[in-house]
Amino acid sequence: MISDAIDNEQVEILLNDVLEAHGYDFLEYSHASIKRRITRLYAIDNFVSFAEFRYTIKSDKQYFKRFLEEITVNVTEMFRDPSFYKALRNDVLPVLGTYPFIRIWVAGCSTGEEAYSLAIVLKELNLLTKSLIYATDINPSVLEKAKKGMFPLNYLKQYSENYVNSGGIKDFSSYYTANYTLAKFDESLNSKMIFSTHNLVSDHSFNEFQLILCRNVLIYFDKDLQHKVFNLFDNSIEKLGYIALGSKESLEFWPKAKEYKRVKTEKIWRKL
Amino acid sequence: MAETLTPKADIALVIGGSAGSLDVLLEIFPALSANIDFPVVLVIHRKANNESLLIDLLQSRTGLTVSEAEEKAALQAGNVYIAPADYHLLIEGNKTFSLDYSEKVNYSRPSIDVTFQSAAEVYKEQLVCILLSGSNADGVNGLKFVNNFGGKVVIQNPSTAIMPYMPQQAVNRVKTDYVLHATEMAEFINNLIKQ
Repeated sequence: MISDAIDNEQVEILLNDVLEAHGYDFLEYSHASIKRRITRLYAIDNFVSFAEFRYTIKSDKQYFKRFLEEITVNVTEMFRDPSFYKALRNDVLPVLGTYPFIRIWVAGCSTGEEAYSLAIVLKELNLLTKSLIYATDINPSVLEKAKKGMFPLNYLKQYSENYVNSGGIKDFSSYYTANYTLAKFDESLNSKMIFSTHNLVSDHSFNEFQLILCRNVLIYFDKDLQHKVFNLFDNSIEKLGYIALGSKESLEFWPKAKEYKRVKTEKIWRKL
Repeated sequence: MAETLTPKADIALVIGGSAGSLDVLLEIFPALSANIDFPVVLVIHRKANNESLLIDLLQSRTGLTVSEAEEKAALQAGNVYIAPADYHLLIEGNKTFSLDYSEKVNYSRPSIDVTFQSAAEVYKEQLVCILLSGSNADGVNGLKFVNNFGGKVVIQNPSTAIMPYMPQQAVNRVKTDYVLHATEMAEFINNLIKQ
């Protein structure tokens, strides 16, 4: 029984170690969620004592890679929330299409499913050639996966349904080739993507964008950190650009929210 | 009435259910007292579409406010919160909600285990958890944490459950404080504050 194998104080100790030894700051992550991830990792990796767990995280670089991969949540989907992608297709991207060049930041892209979804919509709107998608994540190993554009074949039925529900007009299977258990997505899609590590907690603004997509990342942050990240986005978005969040996330309580206007009922806001 | 004003009433009720639990909720809700002085959190397995259906269904049967649990919102007495479809629902030490889109647990998101465990750590002996009808064992491991932290465990009597597997697993595997018929639950909940 893993009953409270790691207590709150030990979580604090570990997170301070991680900051000190590896430079990653998780102290402003939502506590319940990060504690659950840490407890889960402790259990699945069969550690017998907190001291051993702590020592390994602190001193074993290879294990820290795993720690980073496992305590951040990397569950994602293509065309997740179809109505959101419908709004991007019909209301947001056509507006950006009037610009000579479109810069998009997918912040916290994980294994890339949202970036590829976006690229598909851009391609169908004939905008992909003049777009650039910056896909960033805190975690270098998920970016390696994202670059490859290969997703497990058994999810593709769901993705294809999502795509159709989001207003997709083509045969979804025309975007990938099935290869045993993986679907390899067309290289024309990631030819316009730049993958890079970026830590929303500690790294700065690196460009100006017309669209920032950051979905189901902020739910893992506490309120203060959420506001810091909104400020970072605010510094990284052009006037009249858009910020798009996950279906349960909101700009609402951020002090500068009144400088943004919501797009219909989706979690998309336009900077005024 | 003076005693109900004392701050000791910082309890919370979390109800978990899966297949066959909606009938029980529809039985409970019309009989709930409007004076319930603690938050009620529901974690019900369901399909991700039709988000507002369950809220509307329950809201139409109670004077309590029924809403979807929003991330960072504080749990408030007299409110009923429903875990959003397709997210795990956690409770923070400062009694606010967190959402989590991590892997499914027991093929479920929201998972009852996740919310029971997280509520147990925060509310400890002030927590009451009810596990209803269902056809998998989600919730049972969470109840072990409720046991360990001194909370109360209430199970729907498996013989009255449409899907008895889930409450039966709980009866077999955790220490239960009460095993109730669906018809007894509303009164039990209304009296919680006095116990």
